[in-house]
Amino acid sequence: MGEVVIAGGQGFYGDTPTAVDALLAEGVDYLCLEALAELTLAILQKDRQRDESRGYTRDLPAYLARALPFVADGRTKVITNAGGINPTAAARAAIDTARKLGVNGITIATVVGDDVLTRLPALHSQHAQPFAHLDTGEPFDAFPGPPLFASAYLGARPIVDALAQGADIVITGRVADASLFLAPLVHEHGWGWDDWDRLAAGILVGHLLECSGQSIGGNYSGDWWALPNPWDLPYPIASVDADGTAVISKPRGSGGRVSTDTLRHQLLYEVHDPARYLSPDVVADFTSAHFEDLADNRVRISGVHGTPATETYKLLLSAHAGWAGEARVAFAWPDAYEKAKATAAILRKRVELAALEVDEWLVEYWGVNALGGPTVPPTTSEPPECTLRVAWRCADQRTAGLVGRELVPLTLSAPPAGMTGAGRGAGTSATELLSIWPTLIDKSVVDADVRVVLEEVK
Amino acid sequence: MARIPLRELCGYRAGDKGDIANVALFADDDETYALIVREVTDARVKEHFGAMVHGRVDRYEAANVRALNFVMQGALGGGGPRSLRADSLGKALGGALVRMEIDVPESMADRRRPRPDVSWADEILSD
Repeated sequence: MGEVVIAGGQGFYGDTPTAVDALLAEGVDYLCLEALAELTLAILQKDRQRDESRGYTRDLPAYLARALPFVADGRTKVITNAGGINPTAAARAAIDTARKLGVNGITIATVVGDDVLTRLPALHSQHAQPFAHLDTGEPFDAFPGPPLFASAYLGARPIVDALAQGADIVITGRVADASLFLAPLVHEHGWGWDDWDRLAAGILVGHLLECSGQSIGGNYSGDWWALPNPWDLPYPIASVDADGTAVISKPRGSGGRVSTDTLRHQLLYEVHDPARYLSPDVVADFTSAHFEDLADNRVRISGVHGTPATETYKLLLSAHAGWAGEARVAFAWPDAYEKAKATAAILRKRVELAALEVDEWLVEYWGVNALGGPTVPPTTSEPPECTLRVAWRCADQRTAGLVGRELVPLTLSAPPAGMTGAGRGAGTSATELLSIWPTLIDKSVVDADVRVVLEEVK
Repeated sequence: MARIPLRELCGYRAGDKGDIANVALFADDDETYALIVREVTDARVKEHFGAMVHGRVDRYEAANVRALNFVMQGALGGGGPRSLRADSLGKALGGALVRMEIDVPESMADRRRPRPDVSWADEILSD
């Protein structure tokens, strides 16, 4: 196999499906759609709580509707972790989409087994799997309440299995983001599972593609204002040789920019030790990569080293963590900041008088230091206006709603001239909070239950 | 010696994992990279963020792209799905870091990264 062309068509649940059109038109062997983040699993969990048939990212059909014509005639294959915490339901939605569009003769594979929720107690008994908190080291005994989901971050292997069995579309649950992109490279180039440098190169490419526009100038701190067509930022493409050398590019004639500078912003995004980027498939050394700017918005990446993968998968557990409410109100000059502060204090006293129990308060002064906190130097000048944002956490949904209600009477009873800009219906609804608990689990106990299910659309 | 904010010297990007935020700083040339390696220590970053970061701060170097990566524990009010903060994913922490001022040699005292020109936005918005 010569070079394999893969593209990052989605960076999160809520990204724009229209961006894949330019990628498909450019011609890509594999369109990878990365739909999950820690926050996304929490959102999908709430979705599944309301409806057992949910729990996958619901924009999957919109993506597939655009990609299916290319899949049907064999020009491209699709790999996605849109299955979230219910890949089987996602596959059903995919099959429905294909049928509606009259596409048949394609094979859809579903990867299951990342969800270990029902197995947790058995796995933890006698501390066979200790499940200590990955970041804080806290023992599992401190886990705050019944787990709502338990997703292991699988690697590229089950996707490679699915491709080897002829899958045209592979839908997974929680496969690690970058592994979605590694899988087609392993499949096409025949890389061994101990070919650590090649696997590391594939993971690095995957990491650069997994956040869609963030490689092409999205969230770019350089001369972001000078990027062409920022309202239609293209998404990234990688052409990867059998030796792991990759060229990152974007659709011809599109906006944005591909340069070493835009790419290095993404290289370290959500990374801890860049010399030891832990993926399920390999430990990749991102500090070994050599970046070379070529002409026409192309960057060559070579020389990536890797070392053997660890024996564990990351496992993300979640538990209910109470209910949150929030409200925003604006104050005008003069003395906007002082008025905002007084109003926050008045709200707290009113909530106390109403005997509503709040477990946690958070007060932010937008336009003053809400986003910068203590890094903002104290200033003697007066802000021209200030928006107060108050957020609170309560044990139950009703109380969280009632707290916001205590702000409403201040419309006519707040510090002078006055509370405004609250928007419509703000402050009296509550949202559920979820704690997340990252931990590790032995690969062998997860892999025993990982399966690839194939279905041909007829 | 002069004192200038990191915004004049570096690019930045922040990301989240659970209750951990990371902020990367990107230098444009070797001289600047050597300078930030010397000046922007994990201890200084920890002090800079004060009460915003409850846990430890670890620094990693990626010399191949002239970058420093700061990994900050307990930085997001419990992590995205749990945090009461508006910036629950720490997107703003990159900007917050480049507010830090460091000592630079006189030869770099006048360094300024370009300021945005958004006249194209004015054009669109005036329609």
